[in-house]
Amino acid sequence: MASVKKKGVFGDLKESLIRRVFEASGLLAIIVLMGIFALLLATAVPAFREIDLKEFLTSATWDPTSPEKAEYGILSMLASTLMVTFGALLLAFPVGVAVAAYISDVASPRVREIVKPIVELLAAIPSVVVGFIGIAVVGPLIAKIFNLSHGLTALNGSLLLAVMALPTIISISEDALNSVPVSYVEASLALGANRWQTLVRVKIPAALSGIVASMMLGMGRAIGETMTVLMATGNARSFPQGFLQSVRTLTAGIAIELGEVPYYTTHYYALFALGLVLFVMTFFVNLAADLILEKQKRKLQ
Amino acid sequence: MKALRTKAKLISGLVTISTVFVLALVMLTSPAGAQRKMIQIKGSDTLVNLVQILAEEYMAKKPGVAIAVLGGGSGTGITALINGTCDIANHSREWKPKELDLAYERGVKPRIFAIAVDGLSVIVNDKNPVNSLTMAQLGSLFRGEIKNWKQVGGPDLRVSLYGRQSNSGTYVFFQEHVLGNKNYSPDVKEMNGNAQIIESVTQDVAGIGYVGVGYLFDESGQLRKGIKVLKIKKDEGSPEYSPLDKEAVYSARYPISRPLYQSTNGKPSGNVADFIRFILSPEGQAIVEKEGFFKIGKELMAENEKNLR
Repeated sequence: MASVKKKGVFGDLKESLIRRVFEASGLLAIIVLMGIFALLLATAVPAFREIDLKEFLTSATWDPTSPEKAEYGILSMLASTLMVTFGALLLAFPVGVAVAAYISDVASPRVREIVKPIVELLAAIPSVVVGFIGIAVVGPLIAKIFNLSHGLTALNGSLLLAVMALPTIISISEDALNSVPVSYVEASLALGANRWQTLVRVKIPAALSGIVASMMLGMGRAIGETMTVLMATGNARSFPQGFLQSVRTLTAGIAIELGEVPYYTTHYYALFALGLVLFVMTFFVNLAADLILEKQKRKLQ
Repeated sequence: MKALRTKAKLISGLVTISTVFVLALVMLTSPAGAQRKMIQIKGSDTLVNLVQILAEEYMAKKPGVAIAVLGGGSGTGITALINGTCDIANHSREWKPKELDLAYERGVKPRIFAIAVDGLSVIVNDKNPVNSLTMAQLGSLFRGEIKNWKQVGGPDLRVSLYGRQSNSGTYVFFQEHVLGNKNYSPDVKEMNGNAQIIESVTQDVAGIGYVGVGYLFDESGQLRKGIKVLKIKKDEGSPEYSPLDKEAVYSARYPISRPLYQSTNGKPSGNVADFIRFILSPEGQAIVEKEGFFKIGKELMAENEKNLR
């Protein structure tokens, strides 16, 4: 108490000032988010003066510069985005959870200290480098394995995105497993369960919502990833027929066309409409992940 | 919406202010006679950068001559020449008969000069036995009508198409010139530039792609390994030409090339003639090559000489 008194009026002023700064910083994040949303909305809406909303959402043909008839259907790109993303999760989720369980329950402290930073380092690889690996290594490998003429396929994108989503899935799953109270584990072991049984029947179910949230956040990462898929999936505009076909995702579509589109044209506004769709998708995936994480926190307290 | 409109207003305001400022500056600094010497050039967007660079080089050599280069498209340039609002029209296509009729009606007698040649090469994997294609076959391939190499005398392999993104001029040129202004097949894989197309076709035995001729060679001037440059026939009966045959490209006999033109009203004179002579000189043609186009071959150059006289 004495030390607080010494600071006197200035101490109080400083404290309230610091609080204001932190409040402002928190508010800034919200303002930026709202600002981006408002800008996207304002720039996307004019597109629908000329594009039929129903056609936009249900047509599979996207060809804005067609000399025959400009078409603005996002279905192919939407399907490609979802396909590449779910493909990535299908690969990354089991591996990610297994690695998280290994780090939290199996590995010796020394191994853990080595493996954890390495996993986190995986997140530091620039996406353009991952894309290059896709072109130079993974793509040709896929072509060889499946006897295709080229490897620029949805599978290539999924594999690379799986690698990129792994760090998120591993570190959040591991947090979730670690936050399971020790009493649960002790109770399980006391009842005669071995470590494997404890992990699979007690810890993972208790941490399940956190693990699911890690998957959702990994998904958010995969949906929004641009450079890697742009380089690795071939960017063909047709509706995806399977994982061994070239696909073009929403992000790649925007990146390819925004560069030199004439400003303030329907095509320009339509690209922002694509951005809005993407924003809404990632927003809800992240929101769901947050809600699930919140639920887990409350459950374990 | 509102924000956008305000932004547009702000921009137009800024533009107005800066225009007034620039005008005032021009009026203050330019000598009185400059207005008469100003050469007005209008037309093709393909040519606007090239002609702008040529004009800058020329103006650096001949101070006192002012050249203004505007885009707007080939049609705009030709219309301006007919209406007498420009001295030179840039155009990347030939005059339409209708435009010629209108010109003669107005007493405008166009003289046409080929100043550069624009061209593309078509490449396949070097393991592909196909050596040449007709323009019709090439169009069908990229429209997605021919799906198997068997149909054009190749192996039983699904065709794998590589192209550029829609923002590329090459994409548009190929669409207009080879696809007959029809839609590309949605299966075309859109690559980020010429180098990536070459890289992909090198690895893909069923691949086919189009690239600028300049990209076919590595630093030492050797044709890149793993690719084969196709010879192209205008139609089944006509002779085939390779884009590696420079004379065929220079003379625009290679089918996927087009001369790029400038037209004047009647025989050019004074500064206009001098500027065109500069473009056609070895120095001007060197700039043409540096900007990624081809030089004019002997035959077209002979035509040009005739039109200058």
